[in-house]
Amino acid sequence: MLHPASSWDWQPGERVVLDSTACPAPHEWQEEPYVSPDGEKLGAIVRLDDGLFTLCVNGTPWEASFDKIWSPRFSPDGRLTAIVQQDGEWTMAVEGETWPENYAYLWSTMFSADGSVIAAAIQQDGEYGLCVDGAPWETLYENANQFTLSRDGQATAAVVQVQSMAAADLAAFQRGVFSVAVNGQAWDRTFVNVYTPTFDPSGSRVAAQVRLNLYDYSIVVDGETWKQTYACVWEPRFNPTSGAVVAPVRVAGSWGLAQDGQIIWEPVFAQCWQQAFSRDGKTIAAIVAPGYGKFTVAVNAKPWAATFPVVTDLALAADGKRAAALGNEYNANWQVVVDGRPWDGVFDMAWKPVFSPDGARVAAKVERGGRQNVLLDGKPYKRDFEQVWEPVFSPDGSKVLIRARDGGKYLRIVAQAADF
Amino acid sequence: MGIQDRLIEDVGLREGVKRLTEDKIEKVVQGVLKGETGARLAAYNEICMRCGLCSEACHFYLSHDGDPSYSPVGKVQQTMAQLIKKKGRVSPDDIYGMAQIAYTECNLCRRCVHFCPVGIDTGYIMSTVRRICHKLGVTPQYIQDTAHSHSATFNQMWVKDDEWPDSLQWQEDEAREEFPGLRIPLDKEGADIYYSVIAPEPKFRTQLIYQAAAIFNAAGVDWTMPSEPGWDNSDMCMFTGDFEMMGRLKRRHFESAQKLKVKRIVMGECGHAFRSIYDMGNRWVAWKMYPVPVIHSIEFFWELMKQGKIKLAKKYPGPVTVHDPCNVVRGRGHHEKLRELVRFLIDGEIIETASNREHNICCTAGGGVINCGPPFKNVRLAGSKAKADELRATGVKTIVAPCHNCHGGLEDTVKRYELGMHIKFLGDIIYECMEKPS
Repeated sequence: MLHPASSWDWQPGERVVLDSTACPAPHEWQEEPYVSPDGEKLGAIVRLDDGLFTLCVNGTPWEASFDKIWSPRFSPDGRLTAIVQQDGEWTMAVEGETWPENYAYLWSTMFSADGSVIAAAIQQDGEYGLCVDGAPWETLYENANQFTLSRDGQATAAVVQVQSMAAADLAAFQRGVFSVAVNGQAWDRTFVNVYTPTFDPSGSRVAAQVRLNLYDYSIVVDGETWKQTYACVWEPRFNPTSGAVVAPVRVAGSWGLAQDGQIIWEPVFAQCWQQAFSRDGKTIAAIVAPGYGKFTVAVNAKPWAATFPVVTDLALAADGKRAAALGNEYNANWQVVVDGRPWDGVFDMAWKPVFSPDGARVAAKVERGGRQNVLLDGKPYKRDFEQVWEPVFSPDGSKVLIRARDGGKYLRIVAQAADF
Repeated sequence: MGIQDRLIEDVGLREGVKRLTEDKIEKVVQGVLKGETGARLAAYNEICMRCGLCSEACHFYLSHDGDPSYSPVGKVQQTMAQLIKKKGRVSPDDIYGMAQIAYTECNLCRRCVHFCPVGIDTGYIMSTVRRICHKLGVTPQYIQDTAHSHSATFNQMWVKDDEWPDSLQWQEDEAREEFPGLRIPLDKEGADIYYSVIAPEPKFRTQLIYQAAAIFNAAGVDWTMPSEPGWDNSDMCMFTGDFEMMGRLKRRHFESAQKLKVKRIVMGECGHAFRSIYDMGNRWVAWKMYPVPVIHSIEFFWELMKQGKIKLAKKYPGPVTVHDPCNVVRGRGHHEKLRELVRFLIDGEIIETASNREHNICCTAGGGVINCGPPFKNVRLAGSKAKADELRATGVKTIVAPCHNCHGGLEDTVKRYELGMHIKFLGDIIYECMEKPS
């Protein structure tokens, strides 16, 4: 059921999808709305008069209702999912249809990039693992966390506990009881801790942070650790073309980037994380702190001049030629910063900037005075809204999809540059 | 009497020192002193006149009939001063004693800072001793297990990923029986308030989550809680000296709030977590302040009260006394807001302990001391005699203490010294007295 952006309605103009976002079925209350990526559907949990819950999508409740529902999410291909409970057991509902199996608990919904695969974490009889499109791992574990799904959805991984441990058994813990399970199969080696397992773009390799003892951190790739250890590391990422693994590492109190165990950005930063690659793997950008309390973005190790007390939400254009992020002053005075220059305007909140596929344009959702809007290349859309969702560019980059809620209506707007 | 005369067996300390040699100790001590401390520690070491004025500040000293080995300067003399003087060349047995002092005979309460004529922060010095002990692998068993839990689950009580949202949904169900329509909104993006707690709440104090939900619901607060790790703001790694893990915990905590685009974090009634988020953990990460503003429940409840959003059906019968948690009062200055709030809630007076507000005597549980567990319970309670004496002198039956560790410590103290008092969180009192549906 693929539904790529190229198949969406990109006819410029404003369309009222729903005259009223309120579910017409009798209900006690309605929860927060969620909208589909293409902007055609709005769904929300409602508590019906009979005390059961369902999802109301574009004014029509699902036929099925449940004792509980939480975490409604639209998949990238536009299917509405939610975690539902019936008779004390949990499962996933997709477009109102539940997976065949129920679990003692289910959480952490994940999607493949195209939305064709849906996965979630599960717990059954005190054992933990992953479930993909309703099929659980064959092996479940005493504990599992930090679940991840490959881009194509064909592979799953999580940190798993492979050995039992008595309460407060320091020695057992420090011998290492954790590993990584890929598609349910744990690596042979155990570690004191494992963090943020991540797949390469093909879904065939996994890298993660590991703590080898209480003091030495390193990176593990497919079960093999780098020879080098560090005082601390953060999340590794695969270079999309070379397959090399790059991670922030802490050396003598400062942070840099290491690739396959070799320093590629000298450890001169007070902080360095969230590195991102261009499509060709030749450009790396990361959030860095050139000095204590001064954050910015570095592109190929060169920091921008402008610094902020806090920087979040780094985005790198696919071609690597441009980067954007958000600067703020301890969660106030948010600014959208593109290629090192803040756009005009200071906001109460801002959301991760989005590049057009060709990298020529940047859009971002912002909020000020309780009203939200979308900026395109620094200019606001001609009107603001009670709520907008994050903007989506048309495949050719010429238009911006604005999904908005205002005055009780739900709107789908295909905006052009002249509208900003 | 010195530390060698009162050593207590602990498997974490004992197994730790078994692995040590003097060479290793020297190397680690030098590494920390040269690589992680600077002018601050050097200045403290140089300017301390050994005048002893800090002694009267310390509840361990007061509770032990003025034994100077329990005084702040006495504890520094037995630990950091030795490490500096001997350039780290001390024995494994010495490290055992230093660890016992640093982890179990100092609450890092920082009352002594107020008594020192030159402002030496003994809490910082003891934290640095703990940092050295952590790097030597000499930490008490129970607090180290808590640090392990933090590292594996991002919370201090081994709460698994499913148990957290399940607990919230259970409390939501329970609360809906009393408050129809009540929600504990999970992962609500853009909420005004992200409510964070510490792991004992879902583990065995779930009524506190229930009560908070009831209060926020009644006050019309736009709030959320995250469904994923990051929800526990506590930090025993700060207290063991595992600063790398402290930074990892704070990063996870703040990023979970940033991901939800909330305006502020409100934290439950915990003291040490507040220090971790505004002083220690955030700064290890390189944020000068917290990247998302964090306010303590004292301040948030005070705001709700000032805004008229808390409607009381009755007042709690006083008089009461107020216990000032070190990290949110001496560390943050919330003592007057705490009293304004308590006066709003009670029918009767606040009877102050002889030492109060920023000069309050510590509960003797904080700083990770209670987390060192049963082996050190007796010494902890011996150290709380001074607190017990002040509490008894108030003559009241109720202690208001807006901090988890203080609660645990004061419960033990009340029992040991037969004070006949009970301890209340602010949330306990607000929930008990607020208007509820008939």
